[in-house]
Amino acid sequence: MTDASLTTGTAPTGARSHRRDIGLKARYAAERRFRAYGLAAIALGLFFLFLLLGSVIAQGYTAFWQTSIQLDVNFDQEVIDPDGNRDNDRMVLLTANYPLLAQRALHEKLGVDPDDRAARRDANSLLSQGVRTQLRDMVVTDPSIIGTTRSVWVLAHGDIDSAAKGQFDLTVEESRRRVNDRQLGFMQALEDEGAMQGRFNTGLFTFGASSRPETAGMGVAIIGSFYMMLIVLVLALPIGVAASIYLEEFAPKNRLTDIIEVNINNLAAVPSIVYGLLGLAVFINFAGLPRSAAVVGGLVLTLMTLPTIIIATRAALKAVPPSIRAAALGVGASKMQMVFHHVLPLAAPGILTGTIIGLATALGETAPLLLIGMVAFVADYPATPFDPSTALPVQIYMWSGQAERAFVERTSGAIIILLLFLAVMNITAIILRRRFERRW
Amino acid sequence: MSVATIIAIVLVIGAVGYLAGMARARTIVGGETARLHSRPGYYGSFILVWAVLPALLLLAAWSVVAPTLIDGQVRASIPESVSVEQSATQQNLSINIVEAIADGLRLLDERELQQATAGFVLLRPLLAEKGVALAGNGEDWMIASAQQLNSLEDANILWKSIAIIGLSLVGFAAGFFQIRAQLRARNRVEGVIHASLVLASTVAILTTVGIVLSMVSETGRFFSSVPPQEFFFGTVWDPRFANAEDPDAAGQFGLIPLLAGTLYIAFVAMLVAVPIGLFAAIYMAEYAGSRFRSIAKPLLEVLAGIPTIVYGFFALVTVGPFLRDLSGQIASIATGDFNSFISATSVLTAGLVMGIMLVPFVSSLSDDIISAVPRAMRDGSLGLGATRSETIKRVILPAALPGVVGALLMTASRAIGETMIVVMAAGVAARLSINPFEPMTTVTVKIVSQLTGDLEFTSPQTLVAFALGLTLFFITLALNVYALYIVRKYREQYE
Repeated sequence: MTDASLTTGTAPTGARSHRRDIGLKARYAAERRFRAYGLAAIALGLFFLFLLLGSVIAQGYTAFWQTSIQLDVNFDQEVIDPDGNRDNDRMVLLTANYPLLAQRALHEKLGVDPDDRAARRDANSLLSQGVRTQLRDMVVTDPSIIGTTRSVWVLAHGDIDSAAKGQFDLTVEESRRRVNDRQLGFMQALEDEGAMQGRFNTGLFTFGASSRPETAGMGVAIIGSFYMMLIVLVLALPIGVAASIYLEEFAPKNRLTDIIEVNINNLAAVPSIVYGLLGLAVFINFAGLPRSAAVVGGLVLTLMTLPTIIIATRAALKAVPPSIRAAALGVGASKMQMVFHHVLPLAAPGILTGTIIGLATALGETAPLLLIGMVAFVADYPATPFDPSTALPVQIYMWSGQAERAFVERTSGAIIILLLFLAVMNITAIILRRRFERRW
Repeated sequence: MSVATIIAIVLVIGAVGYLAGMARARTIVGGETARLHSRPGYYGSFILVWAVLPALLLLAAWSVVAPTLIDGQVRASIPESVSVEQSATQQNLSINIVEAIADGLRLLDERELQQATAGFVLLRPLLAEKGVALAGNGEDWMIASAQQLNSLEDANILWKSIAIIGLSLVGFAAGFFQIRAQLRARNRVEGVIHASLVLASTVAILTTVGIVLSMVSETGRFFSSVPPQEFFFGTVWDPRFANAEDPDAAGQFGLIPLLAGTLYIAFVAMLVAVPIGLFAAIYMAEYAGSRFRSIAKPLLEVLAGIPTIVYGFFALVTVGPFLRDLSGQIASIATGDFNSFISATSVLTAGLVMGIMLVPFVSSLSDDIISAVPRAMRDGSLGLGATRSETIKRVILPAALPGVVGALLMTASRAIGETMIVVMAAGVAARLSINPFEPMTTVTVKIVSQLTGDLEFTSPQTLVAFALGLTLFFITLALNVYALYIVRKYREQYE
């Protein structure tokens, strides 16, 4: 269409016919093509961005709902503590057959014939294995519920969860499906009754590692990442700021400071996995710190983040105009006072922004953590940074290796959470910059 | 007393010192602070430094030295009959048992202790009751050693606390009695701050030295079992498994297939990233209005902020299967059967996704460089009647070329060092191939796979990871140094 309009626009009229053809048409066409390439490149980049985010969100948003089943569980004394021995032996309450309670309640609800073994088995496999710990924790915290009947929401099995979310192709032949027709019937019955619902998945944020998708969560990973970020903040920020102050304000121009400068620029470009090797060799093998511990991860990420923080801080210090320094020195401040009382406060927003961005990068870093043993199956919360733990991105990596459909969903859900954390950090940085940025 | 308590006490002494210093300085001059050399706060800080710094330095030194001394004492306590027989590894195992016993002994009360010290046979069930599981092969002499270890540790903690808190108090006093009206407190305190600033800036150098030293030493150990020429020029990567019985059963550690895979994938990635990134940068710098730019540029840079693990997952569950199915469709049109010729993990998948990741690196770096070309050159060309695209192609790009090349080299070094995308999308089979539809593996993938799982730091199977890391470090370092050199040289031309 553009070609047509072009032809009409520059069609030789009588007055212009004598002009020499200098190829303007072709040159303008080339110009438009070139421009279109540029626009197409940007469009392609943005398309990839939305494809990436879109595919993650499309696969992952369902992870925030978890199918649960409402049961009227009768905490039967006969099952939990047949000998009435629980006051003397705490193991009684810990080892009782809790799944049986849930199974009985479910059979009753579905009206399953207790003699039909196949039906019973199908019904039982609606329930997550996590009901054992769930009911156990209820009884251990409050033993007085023994002998009463309570209405409890228990987790459904991962496969049932996937089926309820419509992630299985139900047209496939029954024997090749993970959920059979009878179970689908049960699910329908429960749903009609309102006893099966997708409820907000708090477990995704609180549970530790588990081989069953419905009881796998990122609690340990979030805490591990939190410890690491804390260590990075506590170590990298003061060291980075101190180093930049020295290089920017005090350092004489000589060989040594030159080497330091070049060094910092190069460190910023060293592949992150090399920092993992460093951490393994120095912190674990040489210094004898524990493997899989958040403290080692924090130290490695600190070294990795330092160059970023130093570069940002130096830029922020440079942006403070020399007149401020001259004025401070002029009224009798020492050089140290000039830096700490005047220059540093003025540079603080820039430093903070750089630090937050550095932290965000560190939060998403995976490769070095793999080498220092953060790829660990940790079910319990780490009490201190020296205990085994994992990190958010490492948890994502571990889940991505699992085959079940429910884990794909959870991996995407975990990615959404990670991206949300990163988005919040980066937006904070942008707001800080907008709010406090000064033009001199 | 734990280390944390000791530090807390020292800090409290320091805080008291700060207040005492201020008060002391004020009383010396009878409240006329103008007669002081420095402001009162500096006298406070002066005592704070005296009280805290030497004590903490001593604590650090003590924490490094004491464990080795204790370990030596405990080892010396091993009866000679045993220590002669045992190899170093066996001895380490024995020491571990001794430490476990020592921990366990602390849980026992007086009466149980009497029983326990009679012999290992009696001790074991006692400790098991307390939740301390012991290995079965303990011997009676270990109990004596464990008791010695415990008493040594008790003594260590006691003396450490006394020495450090004592030193802190001595420092407090030393600082306090130095205070005069003419004391140059500010200069002294600033001297300490200055020294710590210098110290902080050497951390960067220490990191580099740490990287190089740690990797060089481990690589040296690797080369003592595998000759360097076999590593650098070997064409077969087949490390086998680390084998405890037969540590010499080393496989082949040829770098070439890994390096080829690394470079191939990086090449594919650059093939995707360079045109998109460069054209995007040109459009942003030369055509886009400021409104468009202020929206599109940050959005494109979001791509750089997404963690690589997310790209890896995207490649694994979206791009890989898509390419596989697509190739199946194409094959069915061409030949009639659904034989997908692209594997789910392949050079193409990894390269494509990595390319997407690199787009913002290319575009931001090039954008800066293109914008830095002086206005006058642009105006001159446009004034002569060139179109914008002609100006860009004939004037701006040639002027910006060195900078753009530098930017591309930096991007390439990132592609080579990238780990998570290739771990998840490139495959693990080390082979030499030119077919981009098949899986290949990279240096970084092999570093990860050799170092995850149970490790034994003596076998070449794990040590090779350090040799690979060192190679990677030097390749990326060389690329970056060269890129920085080009960029600097270019910048000087227009300044």
